[in-house]
Amino acid sequence: MYRYDEFDHTLVRERVDQFRDQVARRLSGALTEDQFKPLRLMNGLYRQLHAYMLRVAIPYGTLSSTQMRALAHIARKYDRGYGHFTTRQNIQYNWPRLDEVPDLLADLARVEMHAIQTSGNCIRNVTADHYAGAAAEEIEDPRIYAEIIRQWSTFHPEFSFLPRKFKIALAGGPIDRAAVRFHDIGLHMRRNARGEVGFEVIVGGGQGRTPVIGVTIRDFVAKGDLLSYLEAILRVYNVLGRRDNIYKARIKILVQSTGAEKFADMVNSEWETIRGGELDLPAEEISRIRAYFAPPAYEVLPPRDASYEASRRSDRDFDRWARINVAGHKQPGYAIANISLKPECKAPGDATAEQMEVIADLAEDYSADEIRITHKQNVVLAHVRQSDLHALWQRLDAAGLATANIGLTTDIIACPGLDYCNLANARSIPVAQRLSLHFSDPDRQADIGALRLNISGCINACGHHHVGDIGLLGVDRKGEEYYQITLGGSPDENAAIGAVVGPAFSYDDVVGAVDTVIATYRKQRQDGEQFGETYRRIGAQPFKEDLYGTA
Amino acid sequence: MALLKRDRIVDDPWQRMDDESPLPSGIPVIVTYERWQRERDELVGRNGELGIVLASDQSPDLIADDLHRFTLICLEFPKFTDGRAYSYARLLRARYDFAGEIRAVGAVLRDQLLFMRRCGFDSFDIPDGVDAADWTIAFNDFSQRYQPTVDRTPTVTQLRLEKGYIAPGPHRGSDVAGSWSY
Repeated sequence: MYRYDEFDHTLVRERVDQFRDQVARRLSGALTEDQFKPLRLMNGLYRQLHAYMLRVAIPYGTLSSTQMRALAHIARKYDRGYGHFTTRQNIQYNWPRLDEVPDLLADLARVEMHAIQTSGNCIRNVTADHYAGAAAEEIEDPRIYAEIIRQWSTFHPEFSFLPRKFKIALAGGPIDRAAVRFHDIGLHMRRNARGEVGFEVIVGGGQGRTPVIGVTIRDFVAKGDLLSYLEAILRVYNVLGRRDNIYKARIKILVQSTGAEKFADMVNSEWETIRGGELDLPAEEISRIRAYFAPPAYEVLPPRDASYEASRRSDRDFDRWARINVAGHKQPGYAIANISLKPECKAPGDATAEQMEVIADLAEDYSADEIRITHKQNVVLAHVRQSDLHALWQRLDAAGLATANIGLTTDIIACPGLDYCNLANARSIPVAQRLSLHFSDPDRQADIGALRLNISGCINACGHHHVGDIGLLGVDRKGEEYYQITLGGSPDENAAIGAVVGPAFSYDDVVGAVDTVIATYRKQRQDGEQFGETYRRIGAQPFKEDLYGTA
Repeated sequence: MALLKRDRIVDDPWQRMDDESPLPSGIPVIVTYERWQRERDELVGRNGELGIVLASDQSPDLIADDLHRFTLICLEFPKFTDGRAYSYARLLRARYDFAGEIRAVGAVLRDQLLFMRRCGFDSFDIPDGVDAADWTIAFNDFSQRYQPTVDRTPTVTQLRLEKGYIAPGPHRGSDVAGSWSY
C-alpha cells in the first residue's frame, strides 16, 4: 500500500500545525464560531447534537495494521472506546474535545493519516472498490489512481471552495463495487479498442434529496490525461455550479440543467486548453505509485486447499461463515475474507478499540498486513490463504466479529440518524437493530438470499436508501418518526434508484412492513431469483397489495 | 482601506468608483464592469491607470479582448465560501497571460491567502476592523504543493522526479511506519 515520503509527511504535519493555531485562535476568541466553522469543516470536525464529531479519512478504504491500531488508540484516548466506519470508507469519532483535536491529529499524522477534506465544500476522500487488487475480473488496481487523485485534490487551491461537496469514486473492473454511477465523478476503468487501459468518466450521479444516476461524458480518458480531465470538470463546475441554493448546488443539478451533452462539450473544450500541460501524468509517476500497490508475495498454492475444505465439512458454523463472508481471489489458494460489522442488534459500522486491534493482528498474521473498509461499513482482509481461514474465523469468533451475514438481510447500511446527527428527522440505528433482531435467524436469511436493506434518517440519504433493494427513509410527521419504503434500487453496474412504494409506516410498524415486503418477494420469486430480479419482473403492484391491501 | 501587497501592509493608491460619481483625473481608478460597458470610450481616453472590479458571477472572459487596458483587476468574494474567483484568477494568469495586479476584494480571510496567491492573486484587501499584522504568516502555512498552479513553485511530483524517487519494493509491511504501542 502507499507510504508517505517526506513530502507527504511535511504537508500533513503542517496541516496539524495550522489547525492547532486555528483552534487556539478559536479558544482565545480571536475567531468567532462563524469564522471557525469553515476552517474546522475543512478538517472533518463537525458539531453534532451532543458534541464535536471528527471524521478521519481512510483513503480509498485501505489501511495497514499499524494504522488500525492507531485508530484504536484514538478511540480509547480521545473517545469512548469505539469508532464508527462510514459508507465513504472513513471513520468517525463522536466524542472528541475541541482542545484535544490537534493532539489527535498529530497522533494520526504519525501513522500517515489525516482528516483533511473529510468535510466542507471540497473534493472529499476518494473511494474505491474494496476488493481492489484481489478481484479476478479487475483490469487494474484502481487505488493507484485513487492515490494520484488524493494527492492532486489535497489542498487544491482552486477547488477548496466549490459550490458544494464533491465525491469521486473508482472501480477497477466490470463489476462496480464502488457505486461509481452515484458519485459526483465516477471513474470506471475500461479497455479501449486498442487494448489500452483508461477511464470511462461518469459525472453527476448522487443520492441526497435529488437522486440521480450519473451519465457518461467521455467513454475513454487515457491515464496520462486523468488529472487534466478532472481539472476541466472541476473548473466548469466551480465557475457555473449554483451557489444561491444549497439544495441545487451539487454538480448533478448543473449537469441536468445544462444537459449532459452540452456539459460534456463545455468540459471537453476546457480540457482542450489545458491538456498536454503541467497536469500530464508522467508514466514514471504512474509506475512509481503502482509499485506501492504491488501484490503481496503470494505463495504458489493449489486452487483448492484440502484442510480448508475439511474444516468446512466438520464445522457447520465455519462453513456458513465461509459460504457467506468469503469471496474468490484472483490468486489460486487465496481468498477474500469479509468481516461483518453488523452483529445482531449493534449499530452498523461500529467497532470497539479492542475489535480494531484484533482486526489489526489478524491482518498482520493472515493478510499481508493490509485492511480495507467497505462502503457497506464492513471490513475486508483481501489476501488470506484458504488454509488460514479456519484459524482466522476462530479468532474473529472470539472477538465477536464472525457474524455471517455479508450481503444478506441484516448486512444493513444505516446512517447515524437522530441519535447523533443534527440533520436527521428520525432514528436509524434503533430501526437497524430491530430489523437485525427480527431477521437474525441464519436459515431464514440464507433463504431470503442477497438483499440490500438501507436506512437513512433524513432526505440527505447518508444510509443510501435510494440504492437499497429495500430502502427506508426516516421522515418527520408532526413530531413523529415515520419511514417511507422504496424498492428496487441498485448501486452497482445495474444502477437504479428505488421507487417509493406507498405511504410511510410508523416507527412501530416499519419492521412488520419490511417483513411483508420480504414475504411478498419469497412468494413471488422464481428459479433462484434475487430480490431485485423479482422486483424488476413483477413491479411494485404485488408489494403494494400486500402492504396496503387491494382497496 | 488597507491593502496587503508583496507581504506588506500598504495604503491603497487606487480609488474605487461607484457608477455615478465623476471620474477624477490623473489618479488610478477602479470601475465596475457595468460602468466599463457604459463609458468604455471615455475610460479608454482618460489620463490615468484603469482598474476594474468583477463580481463573482462576472467571468474575466467578459473582458478578454480588453485586458491590456487594465493594470488592476479586482475579483470579488461576496462570501468567503464563494470560490469562483479562484478559477477566474487562474484563468487570467494561465490562459490570458494577464501580468497586471489581481486583487482579492470582499470577504478575504487570512486562512485563504495562500490558496489565493497560488491561483494568481497578488494583492488582498484587508476588511475593515481586521488586524492583519500576522497575516503574512499564512503564506507559509504549507511549504509543499501537490498541484501545478500559477505560482510556478515546483510541485511534489516534480521534486520527486528531480530526486530520482522510485517506488519501494512490494509490500514492506509495518516495518516502515515503526511500532505503535501505548
